[in-house]
Amino acid sequence: MNEQLDKVLQKQQKQINEPEQVIEDVVQLVGFIIGDEEYAIPILSIQEIIKPIEYTRVPQVPDYIMGVFNLRGDVIPLINLRKKFNLEFEKQTDDTRYIVLKGENNIAGFMIDRLTQAIRIKKDRIDPPPETILSDTGLIYGIGKQKDNMITILKVEALLKRDF
Amino acid sequence: MDDIQEILEDFLLEAFELIEQIDQDLVELENNPEDLELLNRIFRVAHTVKGSSSFLNFDVLTKLTHHMEDVLNKARKGELKIEPQIMDVVLESIDMMKELLEAIRDNGNDTEIGMDISDICSRLDKISQGQELISVEKPVENELELEEVNNTENSETKQTKEDEEEIDYSNMSDDEVEAEIERLLAEKKEEKKKKKAKKEETNSVVKKPQEQKTKAVVKKATKTPVKKQAVSTIEQTIRVEVKRLDHLMNLIGELVLGKNRLLKIYDDVEERYEGEKFLEELNQVVSSVSLVTTDLQIAVMKTRMLPVAKVFNKFPRMVRDLSRELGKSIELKITGEETELDKSIVEEIGDPLVHIIRNSCDHGIEDGETRLLKGKMETGTIDLKAYHEGNNIVIEIVDDGKGLDPDMLRSKSLEKGIINEREADTMSDKEAFMLIFKPGFSTAATVTNVSGRGVGMDVVKTNIEKLNGIIDVDSEMDKGAIIKLKIPLTLAIIQALLVGVQEEFYAIPLASVLETVRIPLDEIYTIEGKNVLRLRDEVLSLVRLSDIFGVEKVYENNEHAYVVVIGLAESKLGIIVDTLVGQEEIVIKSMGDYLKGIDGIAGATIRGDGRVTLIVDVAALMDLAKNINIDIKASSKSVARVKESASDYCVLVVDDSKMDRNIMKKAMSPMGISVVEATNGQEALNTIKSGDHNFDAILIDIEMPRMDGYTLASEIRKYSKYKHLPLIAVTSRTSKSDRLRGVESGMSEYITKPYSPEYLESVVRKNIKLTVE
Repeated sequence: MNEQLDKVLQKQQKQINEPEQVIEDVVQLVGFIIGDEEYAIPILSIQEIIKPIEYTRVPQVPDYIMGVFNLRGDVIPLINLRKKFNLEFEKQTDDTRYIVLKGENNIAGFMIDRLTQAIRIKKDRIDPPPETILSDTGLIYGIGKQKDNMITILKVEALLKRDF
Repeated sequence: MDDIQEILEDFLLEAFELIEQIDQDLVELENNPEDLELLNRIFRVAHTVKGSSSFLNFDVLTKLTHHMEDVLNKARKGELKIEPQIMDVVLESIDMMKELLEAIRDNGNDTEIGMDISDICSRLDKISQGQELISVEKPVENELELEEVNNTENSETKQTKEDEEEIDYSNMSDDEVEAEIERLLAEKKEEKKKKKAKKEETNSVVKKPQEQKTKAVVKKATKTPVKKQAVSTIEQTIRVEVKRLDHLMNLIGELVLGKNRLLKIYDDVEERYEGEKFLEELNQVVSSVSLVTTDLQIAVMKTRMLPVAKVFNKFPRMVRDLSRELGKSIELKITGEETELDKSIVEEIGDPLVHIIRNSCDHGIEDGETRLLKGKMETGTIDLKAYHEGNNIVIEIVDDGKGLDPDMLRSKSLEKGIINEREADTMSDKEAFMLIFKPGFSTAATVTNVSGRGVGMDVVKTNIEKLNGIIDVDSEMDKGAIIKLKIPLTLAIIQALLVGVQEEFYAIPLASVLETVRIPLDEIYTIEGKNVLRLRDEVLSLVRLSDIFGVEKVYENNEHAYVVVIGLAESKLGIIVDTLVGQEEIVIKSMGDYLKGIDGIAGATIRGDGRVTLIVDVAALMDLAKNINIDIKASSKSVARVKESASDYCVLVVDDSKMDRNIMKKAMSPMGISVVEATNGQEALNTIKSGDHNFDAILIDIEMPRMDGYTLASEIRKYSKYKHLPLIAVTSRTSKSDRLRGVESGMSEYITKPYSPEYLESVVRKNIKLTVE
């Protein structure tokens, strides 16, 4: 009996000491399309993804801020990523979604054209952004390499940072 | 260690409470130096602080309070008359005591700030010795103890405790100190027991308390009843963290939003199911929920309320100091200090009031000689009043000084370039008074220690505006001046006027709305590119809200405009909006860090329908309005897009039957107009919302899947830009009630099937006002 108990305890201790390392080197991302490109955001910083709801325009702000919307009683800014990436504004379609991102002390909704998939990618498959496209805004966290394509991973803190 | 920490916290709490009262008591004392009750009270404060600080090893504080105690003790025994000079020293020592206490609170000791108290101590000593050299310290204290013992049992226990506390703890070892603490704690318990026992005694035995009372009356007027009351009130209050109250307030905010939403839904349901039995029940529930919510909101608001006395208390002292500094005789009368205000506002109004009162003392009240020459009382008075007025609190500062001279104000500001000559000429006296709030303005010939730098009053204005308050100034030469501050009771939930601008809605805090008027556009005049309106005797500048906020123009304004007159401090502005929605209670929500501090927007709120409505920042709006130069009259006359050919006209046909749609299309084909089709209400609504077409009329069938014609019509009418769009019902439903419902839902015409193609064509032609062939 005692031995058994010891074993169990040891096992538990081991689990506490070394949490499953397998998960550590895999990042889970949510992929989506803006314009013609596929982008991704770490799943852990996404609070939720909702279908478009009505929003209220806010005056005196840059044009990529579409306004604010009511998310269960909270007033949350809505940012159009097409505009933010200097793409042409397009009408909402049935595929349009708001991704609500939550940072340390900021929260905002981002309008995207369409969701693609949830992606698991190993950390060593993510390269830092090439220097040529390392823009001043620093929105890009890295480039994820997959079997047949590449995916741009966005930096959440940079997206949530007010830059006006 | 925890015990000490706890004792320290208790000590600080008690000390700060005592000190808050002491300032006022001291100033009062100066007016009635003979008031024994007051003297005793002040003495006790010094004594208590001394006792506790010596126990806690705060040597500097102990030394200071000890010397204060000496002076006060003499005074209360009539050996020393409190004169202004003595009071100055006493007050100074109290200031130092405050500083020391703050240092203890911040650093945990009283030595770190390195305050030198030797000077003040020697001065205090001089006072206590200079007048009465014979008396020696020790016997004095003994005498005092005897007297105290004679008082009530309560103070007896206190006294003994304090006596013990005066043991020198500084030489004790840690263990001894701990032992001592334990002993004191035990003693405290004992004392509590005693108190309790005594209370029971007072309850059971009637005679004894009476005896006591008479005894007390002999000694000290009304002491015992006051004390008893104090004991019972202490038990009835608890201290609550402000954070918890804030959280509670937020939750109430949510509830108010929910209530608004419920009311809105009830309205919708009532329209649709008129006369149904369950409506009555729903009505009862909705009204009781809304009633309880309102009560709850008021109750929670009240818990956050503090009496303005919290702020007012420091003014007697301030005025006293100022009057001595300025060599004037000034009396401050305070009324309504029990008036309650939200905590956050109480914190904000302190500074503005300091500035106003300093100003009144410095510039308002004349010196004694001048006052006598003018035939006034030598002593000037400043009245500080607080009272409720509707949802606002009004704070009035009235002085009987020389008043404001509008001409002088004008010439001064002209000199300083604050206004130009024309402004000076057209300015009313009232507007001239308001000049004192301009940054950089000062009427004082010389800069004194008190005022004259031209900073203060500007701060007043900004602070009051931050609270959505209004300032009003009135004055008569040589009679005095009145400054009135009108401030909303609470900040989190406010009354607002909701206005519509094209398709957008904005909330304007009602506290800043003076009135609303409807005017024909012809009454708007343009002066130097600015739009103005003559409203009664005033000229009011006008600006369109849509110009400030760059609202997209979706429909033409008609011949009339609604003007919301907003006022903030001295300035007024007319804001042109398209619709007035009404007054509503709104909960202010922040828009988060991302959208913080946008010009002209103070926050957001969620309305009953779940949509977000932005709250206008009136002060910022007034600034923004200055940069807008658009001729309202000219721009609203710009005509709609000219339609050159018949195909520029566009009609939407909504019918689920293809055959019916074709019949209608055929009937309209002779006109050559464009036709768009939709198979049901939902699809039609989406087509309209998408904005791809500009429809001149819509033909609607009533019986349709997904969304019927009535619903579609009322949905369309919700958009202000479609208020006047012709909606033509085409249906085989011919009963009177059907027609009535059509009218109710917003249909403008009713064509019954079957119809002749010519009839349909003529109705459409008439409605779209087809002029080109």
